[in-house]
Amino acid sequence: MGLLALENARLRFGGIVALDDVSLDVAEGTIAGLIGPNGAGKTTAFNVITRLYRLESGDVVFDGHSLRHTPPSRVVRMGIARTFQNVELFPTMTVLENVLVGGHAFARMKRESELRKDALDTLELVGIHMHADRPAAGLPFGTLKRIELARALASKPRLLLLDEPAGGLNHEEVGELADFIRRLRDELKLTILLVEHHMNLVMQVSDHVTVLNFGRTIASGPPAEVQRDPQVIEAYLGGELEPVA
Amino acid sequence: MTTRPSLAAVVSCLVAAAILAVLPFLISGYHQGLLTQVAVFFIAILGLDVLTGYSGQISIGHGAFMAVGGYTTAVMSYYHHTNLIVTMLMAFGICLAFGFVVGLPALRLSGVYLALATFALAVSMPQIPLKFSRFLGGSNGLQAQTVSHLWLYGVAWAAAAILFVGAWLILRGRTGRAFRAIRDSEVAATSSGVELPIYKTLAFGISAAYAGVAGSLFVLATNGYASPNEFTVALSLQILIGAAVAGLGSLWGVLVGAVFVGLLPEVSSSVPVVGSTHGQDVVFGLFVIVVILLLPTGFAGLLARLRVRLTRQSMASINSDPGTS
Ligand SMILES: Nc1ncnc2c1ncn2[C@@H]1O[C@H](COP(=O)(O)OP(=O)(O)OP(=O)(O)O)[C@@H](O)[C@H]1O
Ligand SMILES: [Mg+2]
Repeated sequence: MGLLALENARLRFGGIVALDDVSLDVAEGTIAGLIGPNGAGKTTAFNVITRLYRLESGDVVFDGHSLRHTPPSRVVRMGIARTFQNVELFPTMTVLENVLVGGHAFARMKRESELRKDALDTLELVGIHMHADRPAAGLPFGTLKRIELARALASKPRLLLLDEPAGGLNHEEVGELADFIRRLRDELKLTILLVEHHMNLVMQVSDHVTVLNFGRTIASGPPAEVQRDPQVIEAYLGGELEPVA
Repeated sequence: MTTRPSLAAVVSCLVAAAILAVLPFLISGYHQGLLTQVAVFFIAILGLDVLTGYSGQISIGHGAFMAVGGYTTAVMSYYHHTNLIVTMLMAFGICLAFGFVVGLPALRLSGVYLALATFALAVSMPQIPLKFSRFLGGSNGLQAQTVSHLWLYGVAWAAAAILFVGAWLILRGRTGRAFRAIRDSEVAATSSGVELPIYKTLAFGISAAYAGVAGSLFVLATNGYASPNEFTVALSLQILIGAAVAGLGSLWGVLVGAVFVGLLPEVSSSVPVVGSTHGQDVVFGLFVIVVILLLPTGFAGLLARLRVRLTRQSMASINSDPGTS
């Protein structure tokens, strides 16, 4: 079994079945893509993994441990960090402070100067250290996404959940992001679960892709295989899913 | 807020401390009493700022915590002749515990609902001395030991200084950031590992403990007399107004907020308003409206805007030098 597994996860909202018996396995040190049309249940899966939502049945297993009784604030201590699709920052705090909060779980024993240095290094890694002392509110969307990424990295996770990191980026920036995500895997030895509508990006970087539609897994396998899957092509109405050159 | 205080902050603190140390020897006992009121509000507003300004939990009932602190001092002094400073420490401890307890149910409330719950607390608290009138003196109140104006002035401002530094130390690092993170986004704070129940009740505890010390001094400032009608809802509102004038979420405006609510009633009562015995309240209310309109983000907000303007100017003047950034 991999580093993270969803086992027969099931969750409903009123009449909507957001996750219908979904199973997922992410091997350590790999990039796993999670795709599917709008409302497929991708963000819900993230919220289930980070314990913001409670499963009706099934389980989340991280590194061999069930997260069934883990409070959401302890998830990051176990080594799981995430970003949010619609950006959940601390708008009145500075960029640096946002990243410092990301390191909250491991900050108790460290000196403030050390924490700040770490946070600045992380900001430099994502390329926005020049904004360190600006308030987060009012910065461009792409920068906000990077602050979130830095905040997630500040907790030194083993597993990183990225919810549409390419949102608001231009073509060139998406290319840089692809390189960056690979670097996280190869240099920081992170395991990454990537939700993204930008097909080129997902197919380029993922080692494995799972496709959800209406809360169900409709395909799972290597990117090239998934792209040819007739069910997947139908789910996307043939439009968005063109083979990567 | 950075780890180290800026030079300007240190200098203004020292100047304020120096003025407050010299002032009592230049003014009458009556005016010392007035400035002691300011110290009481300073401490209470500081406490409210931790809760509402930093952790984002609204309280419009801080007078309730002041009452608990005030009665702690009155009871201990009246029945046991406990040293007054010791009673203040007891007020701090008891209110810290009481704040935690109040903070627990508050975990389930937010926004206007939390405001109403704290309001209810402030309304019901003065009823308790009436219910247990044999022990707490009923509407007649309870008499603590009396002290001189100068003694109280010194103790009140010393307490204010200690608590100010304490608040600064708590808020500048990990804990203060956790409070502000919760205020800005509970979801993101939780996902970053901030335990909401711990930090929210901690903010309540600290805040109540501060209010408790303020209440203790408040009782001593009214000739050592604790009575239910001193701890009315109006007191809670004054603290809230003071915090709003100071600017929530910043420690640097608190003195201004305290001076405002501590001295304004005095100032407004000296303004002649024709044909009204409640002229004082009218003038006070008008002042509050004008100040809130002029400073919608409080005094701290004004400071922040000035700072931005000053840095812009100095940036412009050094723009020609490529070595500076
Ligand atoms: N808190 C909630 N309350 C009610 N319904 C919800 C909630 N969260 C998600 N849903 C519903 O669950 C379904 C799956 O939503 P989810 O956000 O997981 O989709 P998604 O795959 O992330 O879509 P998108 O690509 O648009 O982000 C949708 O029908 C959504 O409306
Ligand atoms: Mg989504």
